[in-house]
Amino acid sequence: MSSGSVTFSDIDEPDETVRVRLVVNGRKTACDVAPRDTLVDCLRNQLELTGTHAGCEMGACGACLVQLDGRAVHACLMFAVQAEGARVDTIEGLSESGAIADLQAEFHRRNALQCGFCTPGMLISAHELLSNVVRPSREAIRDALSGNFCRCTGYEAIVDAVATVAEARAAMVPQAVEGTPR
Amino acid sequence: MKARAFSYFHARTIEEALDAHARSGDEARFIAGGQSLVPALALRLQAPRLLIDISPIEDLRGVERQGEWLRIGALTRHCEMLTNPLIAEHAPLLRAAAPFVAHPAIRNRGTLGGSVALADPSSEFPAVVLALDAEIEIAGPGGRRRVRADDFFIDLFETALAPGELLVAVHVPLFRSNQRIAFDELARRRGDYALVGCGILASVENELIEDISIAFFSVGNVPTRARTAESVLAGSRLDTARIAAAQAALDADLAPDDSDDVPAAMRLHLARVVLGRLLGRIGDAA
Repeated sequence: MSSGSVTFSDIDEPDETVRVRLVVNGRKTACDVAPRDTLVDCLRNQLELTGTHAGCEMGACGACLVQLDGRAVHACLMFAVQAEGARVDTIEGLSESGAIADLQAEFHRRNALQCGFCTPGMLISAHELLSNVVRPSREAIRDALSGNFCRCTGYEAIVDAVATVAEARAAMVPQAVEGTPR
Repeated sequence: MKARAFSYFHARTIEEALDAHARSGDEARFIAGGQSLVPALALRLQAPRLLIDISPIEDLRGVERQGEWLRIGALTRHCEMLTNPLIAEHAPLLRAAAPFVAHPAIRNRGTLGGSVALADPSSEFPAVVLALDAEIEIAGPGGRRRVRADDFFIDLFETALAPGELLVAVHVPLFRSNQRIAFDELARRRGDYALVGCGILASVENELIEDISIAFFSVGNVPTRARTAESVLAGSRLDTARIAAAQAALDADLAPDDSDDVPAAMRLHLARVVLGRLLGRIGDAA
């Protein structure tokens, strides 16, 4: 037998309330959760950040995407206790910072949303793509959005919007070469 | 769509994780990226009493060269397969397969160790690990051991991991300059489970196949080496006739079941199509 030193006090009981400390949208936050509470439920129900949508709750639809330490992840595919100490940026934070203002304006201009349920997740996926790749091809945009379901638009307007913003951002970076990582 | 209530433990060392599991009476599951486990919990396909979070464990991290092997820590995320320079240089088949694994946000969380330990028969990385003749490092109550990929995948979601054992790392033989790789899969939608997929590692000398390893996934209960096709190709030039012979040999290697939406004959046909394309690419590169 191994010589581990786990004591009962180290284990969070199922009905125990656990304090989780996070930095959400740049502000230090503490939430009291049960171990089985997902990050999306914590964000929506406790912090009232309802821009992160709970759709399929099994990682298929992409409506619950947030940035965890700067990378897009499904907030339904992790428990809040797993996010202890992490930096979480939601659609509210990205929106207020102005980081995705051009994407939001272009989604609006192109009618790249109808009911809007998928839009926060779409924006987070698009933002991650455009942060990593200059002038992605339409194929690359489709690939980056492949985990985001939209039941209204048929996707074409969304791809148009992302491609337009990619072009506009690239035009501001003169030495940018097509399809290359930033 | 909510998980049954469970206890939660943040393990800081392998010993702590093993100890917590041993005390759970086999009612625990290890969690790292959780990209397959959390949906299974949400759907209540699984309902463990204890989740042991192994993500803080330093010994499960990192990618490093160790002699003639590349050690890839279990916690290495799928997205790192696309960016890590050591993987690009020494294990390029993992890099080639990574874009096919689910969607970008899943790849940002999911881990190599989790994918290999789960051994989903339609997953890319178990087949890649098999094609590479990798070895799986395991820690358990009885100590450490290494298991060849060939002996690791036993049956549907069943591996050489005993209950309470932890996958520590995947060790991959270093890629050599005379080797070629190819990877592809056919799926109905991008990021969806593959109808069939295949990874190939071939050693080429003077345009002849010296040695070749072909691993298929989504063709049965486990990732499967196409050994008859491999022997058809060994020592030969990759011309049209030889590729056709290898495609025909798949009849002896693969025995997919009929499923609701994919008849066995269709899956076998698609396997031949993928093999033909991949061998063509290897031939072009040779």
